[in-house]
Amino acid sequence: MSGTWLAHLPALLVMMPLMAAPLCVLLRRPLLAWAVYQLTTGVGLLLSIALLLQVIEVGVVRYAIGGWAPPVGIEYRIDALNALVLVIVSGMAALLAPYARASVAREIDADRAYLFYALLLLCQCGLLGIAATGDAFNLFVFLEISSLSAYALIAMGRHRRALMAAFEYLVMGTIGGTFLLIGIGLMYMMTGTLNMADLAERLPAVMHTRTIEAALAFIVVGASLKLALVPLHAWLPGAYGEAPSVVSAFLAATATKVAVYVLARFLFTVFGIGFAFGTLPLGDILMLLSVAAMLYGAVAAIFADDLKRVLAWSSVGQIGYIVLGLSLATFDGLTASALHLFNHALIKGGLFAMAGLLMLQVGGTRMADLAGLARRLPGLFVLLLIGGLGLVGVPLTAGFVSKWALAQALIAEAQWLPLIAMLVSSLLALVYVGRMIEIAWFREPPEDAPAATPTPLAMTLTAWTLVAVSLWVAVDSGPLLGLAQAAATAALGVTP
Amino acid sequence: MSTVLGLYNYWIVVLLMMIGFYIVIGYDNLIKKLIGLSLFQTAVFVLYISMGSLHDATAPILMEGGALYAHPLPHVLILTAIVVGVATTALGLALVVRIHEAYGTIEEDVIMAAEAASRPPPETPRG
Repeated sequence: MSGTWLAHLPALLVMMPLMAAPLCVLLRRPLLAWAVYQLTTGVGLLLSIALLLQVIEVGVVRYAIGGWAPPVGIEYRIDALNALVLVIVSGMAALLAPYARASVAREIDADRAYLFYALLLLCQCGLLGIAATGDAFNLFVFLEISSLSAYALIAMGRHRRALMAAFEYLVMGTIGGTFLLIGIGLMYMMTGTLNMADLAERLPAVMHTRTIEAALAFIVVGASLKLALVPLHAWLPGAYGEAPSVVSAFLAATATKVAVYVLARFLFTVFGIGFAFGTLPLGDILMLLSVAAMLYGAVAAIFADDLKRVLAWSSVGQIGYIVLGLSLATFDGLTASALHLFNHALIKGGLFAMAGLLMLQVGGTRMADLAGLARRLPGLFVLLLIGGLGLVGVPLTAGFVSKWALAQALIAEAQWLPLIAMLVSSLLALVYVGRMIEIAWFREPPEDAPAATPTPLAMTLTAWTLVAVSLWVAVDSGPLLGLAQAAATAALGVTP
Repeated sequence: MSTVLGLYNYWIVVLLMMIGFYIVIGYDNLIKKLIGLSLFQTAVFVLYISMGSLHDATAPILMEGGALYAHPLPHVLILTAIVVGVATTALGLALVVRIHEAYGTIEEDVIMAAEAASRPPPETPRG
């Protein structure tokens, strides 16, 4: 009967964390809640990989929720693009589960730990739901599920600054979500459908009305707010900088990536390349903003005085690379974006996990806390080094693979200025990574520095796994490249 | 003129939305910001609800003599969005309570000033 069971994979993947979250709340004991979290995310990763294999085999997996046929019912529609995003989200959640146990025990009050796990599961459910669904309104609902849990998770940070960061994110995130809702509403007014595949069929007939143009504008701005594209990035450094370690690692690796997916799905699948990039100069606008993001994010990272803030600003810059690939609207550009989506999730997840280890061992994540790291904690230093070089895009790291792909896509389109901006941004990345390395290698630790507290093996293993996978991806990039190309094909809706 | 007046529901939506948006941006008081955010969301609710209504239409219930009925789907959709809005406002207010406990104020500029004052001085460059 395994055949019938496998047919329900898309729904199972999203519903499992949703069901497990209240279970955590009922169990209340931190250890039990963690066990539920570990089990759910572990099974979730296996399911997402099974789904990916299914997609590779059959192309598109469709699932009608409750047996109601689309376009009336809600449909889950998984192609290579969503499958990739689903694997990233499930994979990060599963890898962070062993890390979470020790990290949460140190950073979150024991009587609230079960709520923390419940929120993490809800956030995961929301992110998976956004990626899985083929219904525009359903996407909005899942977006709000993930956002609301993310605000609460960020507010659990140690410092009171976390509260303000969460509030700012709440205000900006809600405006972004509401913009998406307006866009979806305007499209519904003109077409009478919410199913994305159905929208793509009906939109061309009403394409050149002011209403649809406004819908496109609202959706692009809403999604850009969620993915923190400059100049709508203001919430990101605070949110990722102040959140508890697990949350920073999880959100930095998944939340913005899922928002990029939303933008790509609407631009390429729903509106279609001809409308979004042909009749409106969206390609130029996105390219300009992504170039600004690459440069501004990297410069701001140089001047940040906290490791987590440096990493968060660097995310603002790295998102620029991903959007730059999208803005080309070519097969190669989208492939590069999908590659960087995956690689950056690994690298930044690993680096934020490393920052969490630093927090536990040294007691803080200020740049000054890095002093003498190379001698005090050589393991952490190597993690920082490999991850940092990945951000710069040094050959033999995952960052190089995707930046190389992006550079080739830019050359193919003869876009020289963005190419130069990309090189400058990589040099700026070298400056902020170099600054971290310099402090860690050359500077003496303060005399009165307390001895580093040893950390549980599970946490160290998680950080190492993330970095190791990113290195493996760089050395043997074939399978991932194939997957990224399949994702680009799925987004563009053409069969090669 | 009739098109301007005939589309009055959209004018209400735009006006409400802009008032809400202005309050979010223009005020430092965090509670007022949340009120503005609520107004902003409510404007979108009105957009959806007015989208489904028709002149001389009845409620979408099965009954004798009702030929025209309002489109129920936008109304159902917005029911979900209203729940989301309530959750957002509740979470925002909970955060404001915690912020008030932590900082003793709910004025954003005062909080920012307190943060700037408590920040450690920038590192002195090495000689």
